[in-house]
Amino acid sequence: MKAFLKYREVWLAAAIIVLIGLISTRFPAFADPGNLRQVFNDTSILMILALGQMVVILTRSIDLSMASNLCFTGMVVAMLNAAHPAIPIPLLIVIALVVGLVLGAINGLLVWRLNIPSIVVTLGTLTIYRGATFVLSGGAWVNADKMSPDFIGFQRAAFLGIPVLSWIAILVIALFFVLMTRTALGRSIYAIGVNPTASVYTGIDVGRTKFIVFCISGMIGGLAGYLWISRYVIASVEVANGYELNIIAACVIGGISIAGGIGSVGGAVLGALFLGIISNALPVINISPFWQMAISGSAIILAVVLNARGERQQGRIILRKVEAA
Amino acid sequence: MTDIPAPRHIPDRLDKPLSSAIFSWEALLVVVAVAIFAINSFASPYFLDPYSLSDLTFNFTEKGLIAFAMALLIISGEIDLSVAAIIALASTMMGMAVQAGAGTPVLVLIGIVVGLGCGAFNGLLVTRLGLPSIVVTIGTMSLFRGIAFIILGDQAYKGYPESFAFFGQGYVWWVVSFELVLFLIAAVVYWFLLHRTSFGRRVFAIGNNPVAAQFSGVRVGRIKFILFCLTGLMSGIASVLITSRLGSTRPSIAQGYELEVITMVVLGGVSILGGAGSIVGVVLAAFIMGLVTFGLGLLNVPGIVMSIFIGLLLIIVIALPIVWRRLRGGR
Repeated sequence: MKAFLKYREVWLAAAIIVLIGLISTRFPAFADPGNLRQVFNDTSILMILALGQMVVILTRSIDLSMASNLCFTGMVVAMLNAAHPAIPIPLLIVIALVVGLVLGAINGLLVWRLNIPSIVVTLGTLTIYRGATFVLSGGAWVNADKMSPDFIGFQRAAFLGIPVLSWIAILVIALFFVLMTRTALGRSIYAIGVNPTASVYTGIDVGRTKFIVFCISGMIGGLAGYLWISRYVIASVEVANGYELNIIAACVIGGISIAGGIGSVGGAVLGALFLGIISNALPVINISPFWQMAISGSAIILAVVLNARGERQQGRIILRKVEAA
Repeated sequence: MTDIPAPRHIPDRLDKPLSSAIFSWEALLVVVAVAIFAINSFASPYFLDPYSLSDLTFNFTEKGLIAFAMALLIISGEIDLSVAAIIALASTMMGMAVQAGAGTPVLVLIGIVVGLGCGAFNGLLVTRLGLPSIVVTIGTMSLFRGIAFIILGDQAYKGYPESFAFFGQGYVWWVVSFELVLFLIAAVVYWFLLHRTSFGRRVFAIGNNPVAAQFSGVRVGRIKFILFCLTGLMSGIASVLITSRLGSTRPSIAQGYELEVITMVVLGGVSILGGAGSIVGVVLAAFIMGLVTFGLGLLNVPGIVMSIFIGLLLIIVIALPIVWRRLRGGR
């Protein structure tokens, strides 16, 4: 039981349950399973993006270009759909993944081959990818009336009572869980974050692994691009402007250390859910949505303060877990 | 008795051969700046006009002012992503003061004090609680701008006094704007502070090795705190200038400035990892970014496309020396 309470995710989950409880005292229907399912669905895209960002942050890097990648890829699939409505949606999703992968690989190559700090690379590509969206679209919007019914309806179709969007999120969470806890790549990602020098001596190719994590975050950005555009049914240059910081905020609240090496799939998901619940609850309990920014800012600061306490005993995370097993 | 070797003379600073000056980062930036200037004057007949060139300076003076303080902060190994949010909050406070009937001197004071206060808040969180600055300032970025949104919502403050307009729109002499003069004064002050004082030396020492600096008697926490305060102060000053130039306050004012300021600093040759950089480089980078955006503006290139050039410039200028070293067989 004591060991159980040591996990940050447990505390975060408890905080979320308390939060839902507090909201339902003002508005009982909020804790309704149907409504909670809706909140989960609303937060799906943020959860997916937070997982992509997580693997990057774990290796002591950062990807500021995810929201711009999302915007560009979203525009690509929206324009493809508007021009060729016959392209089936699964193929469009594959295209989105590939376009996102290419954008992520550009980041990864610059970090791997030229050794430029990731914050500089992605600061540059953040503006480049968004600018490229403008060049691609000529500044025009793709509106709902130009999108095919399948394009819009795919993620809204219910499967076993839950929308496809939520199923995609669940699938991505499961994949990341397997990746981080059951594969050598996941282990290498943690190892690089905890101690890059030691990782080299154990035979991990640090540069190549960083390249792979940027490819992963790129693919996630691409997938989220299709999901975002088909959810909000508008593709423009302004899509998800500034959202990169929300993604990082979800990770930070989820207990992922910006110094690398610490964090889990559960943490990223809960961090995103925390932000999702706040943004869903504010209108319900009659607080102006203008409060949202200040509240999530305070939540981030609070989360960092709490996380810093846990990180005092840094390092040897992997070893301690092995010893305990 | 064994001979004690005579103490070796340790120079105060290393001799710099001419070749290192030619191949320095600043030289590269000068070449880039001259090239862009030449291309601009060929591309548009309106470019080489004193009034156009004066307009050009407004593109970088406000961000440049923050970039000086940010350069010191990044050299010390920290970062502040909340500068644009500080501008928004300070501007909102000035707007509230206007509604209460405050005059110009009070407005300026409020802008500066709010900026300083926000910087001190960041500094306290980072140095007292030992938190990573990138995360803290992502948080305060939402918090500061969030407060501006709570106060203003979808409204805007207007009705600034006429004398207040001088800071962002006034000219000191002919086409030389007040903003440009302030920028140049700040450049000299920060150059002196970083390159000619023991304080500047300590900033470099902290950036290169904070632990070693601590053991050498440098008060790491206090210096970092001062740097956060300085960054907040410059953001407050920039807020006065922008508010005065636009004549109104919306909570979305200066959105995205933080990334442009950081781009300016990195383009100026400041290492994002800390420990290296110069004010001359930052001044040149500010000019380059102003030239690019203004020149493209004259050619009717939309702002979003300009950002592609800024992004490419950032990556290419950083990548060039690395590729160059590789090609020469350095490693």
